[in-house]
Amino acid sequence: MKVLVAVKRVIDYNVKIRVKPDHSDVDLTNVKMAMNPFCEIAVEEAVRLKEKGVASEVVAVTVGPKAAQEQLRTALALGADRAIHVESDERVESLGAAKALAKLVEEEQPGLVILGKQAIDTDNNQTGQMLAALTGLPQGTFASEVVISGDGADGKLQVTREIDGGLQTVELSLPAIVTTDLRLNEPRYAKLPDIMKAKKKPLDVKSPADLGVEVATRTKLLRVEPPAERQGGIKVGSVDELVDKLKNEAKVIS
Amino acid sequence: MSILVLAEHHDGALAGATAHVVAAAKAIGGDIDVLVAGEGVAAIAEAAAKLDGVNRVRVADNAAYAHQLAEPMSALINELAGDYSHVLAAASTTGKNVLPRVAALRDVAQISEIIAVESPDTFKRPIYAGNAIATVQSDDALKVITVRTTGFDACPDRGSEGGSAGVEAVDFVADNSQSTFIKEELAQSDRPELGAAKVVISGGRGMGNGDNFKLLEGIADKLGAAVGASRAAVDAGFVPNDMQVGQTGKIVAPELYIAVGISGAIQHLAGMKDSKVIVAINKDEEAPIFQVADYGLVADLFEALPELEQKL
Repeated sequence: MKVLVAVKRVIDYNVKIRVKPDHSDVDLTNVKMAMNPFCEIAVEEAVRLKEKGVASEVVAVTVGPKAAQEQLRTALALGADRAIHVESDERVESLGAAKALAKLVEEEQPGLVILGKQAIDTDNNQTGQMLAALTGLPQGTFASEVVISGDGADGKLQVTREIDGGLQTVELSLPAIVTTDLRLNEPRYAKLPDIMKAKKKPLDVKSPADLGVEVATRTKLLRVEPPAERQGGIKVGSVDELVDKLKNEAKVIS
Repeated sequence: MSILVLAEHHDGALAGATAHVVAAAKAIGGDIDVLVAGEGVAAIAEAAAKLDGVNRVRVADNAAYAHQLAEPMSALINELAGDYSHVLAAASTTGKNVLPRVAALRDVAQISEIIAVESPDTFKRPIYAGNAIATVQSDDALKVITVRTTGFDACPDRGSEGGSAGVEAVDFVADNSQSTFIKEELAQSDRPELGAAKVVISGGRGMGNGDNFKLLEGIADKLGAAVGASRAAVDAGFVPNDMQVGQTGKIVAPELYIAVGISGAIQHLAGMKDSKVIVAINKDEEAPIFQVADYGLVADLFEALPELEQKL
C-alpha cells in the first residue's frame, strides 16, 4: 500500500522563543527551524512499514512556505520516495492544512496516512482528526503501536493509543489516519549519502488553487504575549528549612 | 447563546474535568447543556445535572458510544451541534480526539486548550509549549473549543437542596463500521488523579531507576499527593507514560509541585509552571528548574527524600 506522511516546518524545539515587541506574533527571523518532532516519528514509522514490506511507496507532503521544502528533503533523506509541497505563504491553520491534505488523499489514494499528534509551535493537536473527518476515514490518534494486517478492502489496522489513564487499543478499517505519539518509535538520523540522494528524488509543487482549496485562516491572531514571569525563588540550605518554608511561609502543607 | 459541554467520564463516574469545562462555559455566558454519551451512563447524567449552572443534560446511552470512540462520538455531536453557538470539551485525550473531528464536519476552526475567556468569540491559549500566550478571535458561527482544565476553577455542585437540571434522552444512534474497541490497559493507582491533585511530586532521570520512585511514594502518601514523572523517566522505563507531566503529557497546576531529579527542560516546564508553589530538589545547582522554583534545595535526592519523608 501507499503511505502518505505529513510533515511540518517549525521552530527547532530547543530554541527559546521570543515574542515580537509589537505583540503581533512570535519572532521567527533568523531562528533555527526543523521538522516537527512528532512528524519525524511519523516519517520513521512510514519508512519502517516500507522496510517491512507493508508499504510499497512513502510520499511525504507538507503545506507551507517555500522554505518547508528543506523538511521535505529531510523526509526524502530518511527514506520517503517522493514529496509533494503545497506552497502557501499565508498563515495556514489546521483546517486549511487538513483540506489540502484531504485533496491529496483523494488524488493519491493511500492505504494509510500518518501525521504527528501535534505541532510544537501552535500546539493545536487537530490536523489528523480534521483530515479523518474530511476524508470520512477512521482515526487512530496518539499512537504508540501500529500493527497492520491485510491490504485493500479487508485490510485492518490495530492501533494502541496513549490515553489519560493508560493505553487503549482499537481496530480500524483501512484506509485510515494515524497520528503519532512520542513513544511510537525512535527516529533515525539522515546519513550524508542519503541527504545527497534525496536531492534527486521527485518533489512536486502545487498551490492550494491547484487543489481547489482555501487554506486561509478562519481565526484572527489578535495578540501574542509572553507568559507571566514567575517571581524569583530562593535556595534553602536544608530539608528542615524547606519544610519550615512550606509550612509557615508558603502555607501549602500543614 | 447556548453552549454544549461534552461530559468527561471514566469507570462509571463523572470526571472532575467536567466541572472545570462548565466553569469555562459560564465565563462565555448563555444556556449550558451537558452531553453525556456512553453505555450505562444514567448515574453520570444525574451527577452532571447537579453541577451549578447546567440548564439541561442530554443523554446518549447506547452501545455505539461505549469507550467514546471518535467516529461515532463526532457523528453524535455533529447531529446536535446545530442547536448551539459553542461546543466545549476538556482538553483530555478524549476531548482532543473527538472535537477536531466535529469541527471539520461543521467546517469550522477549533480553538485548542483555552486558558481564559475574553469574550464569547475571543480566547487566550498557550502556544510554543506555553512560552507565549495567544489571544485569538473566531468569526465562525459555531465555536468548537477544548478547555485546559487547570485554567478554570471547578464550578460547584448545587448541593442537596439546590435541585438539578432536567435530563433528556437523545435518540440519535451513530452507525460505525470503521472502528472497534479492542482493549484498555489502565494504570492502577490509589493516589489522587494527577490532573486534579493539590500536591504533585515528580521524579526525573535523576531517580536512577523505577524502584527509587518508592522514595517519592512515601512522601506522596504523607502529603496526599499524586506522583508524576518527566519524559526522561518515562522513556528510561522507570514508570508508565500516563505519569508524564509536560507538553506531550499531562498539564498540571497544583498548589505544590515538587520536582525531584528533574533538570527542567522547556517541554517539562510547559506541563507544570502554572503550579502555585514549585519546589526543586536537584544536586546540580545550575539546573534550569531552579529558575522557576520558589524553593530550591541543592542536595542528593537519595539523602534528601528520606529526610523529607521523616520530617513531614
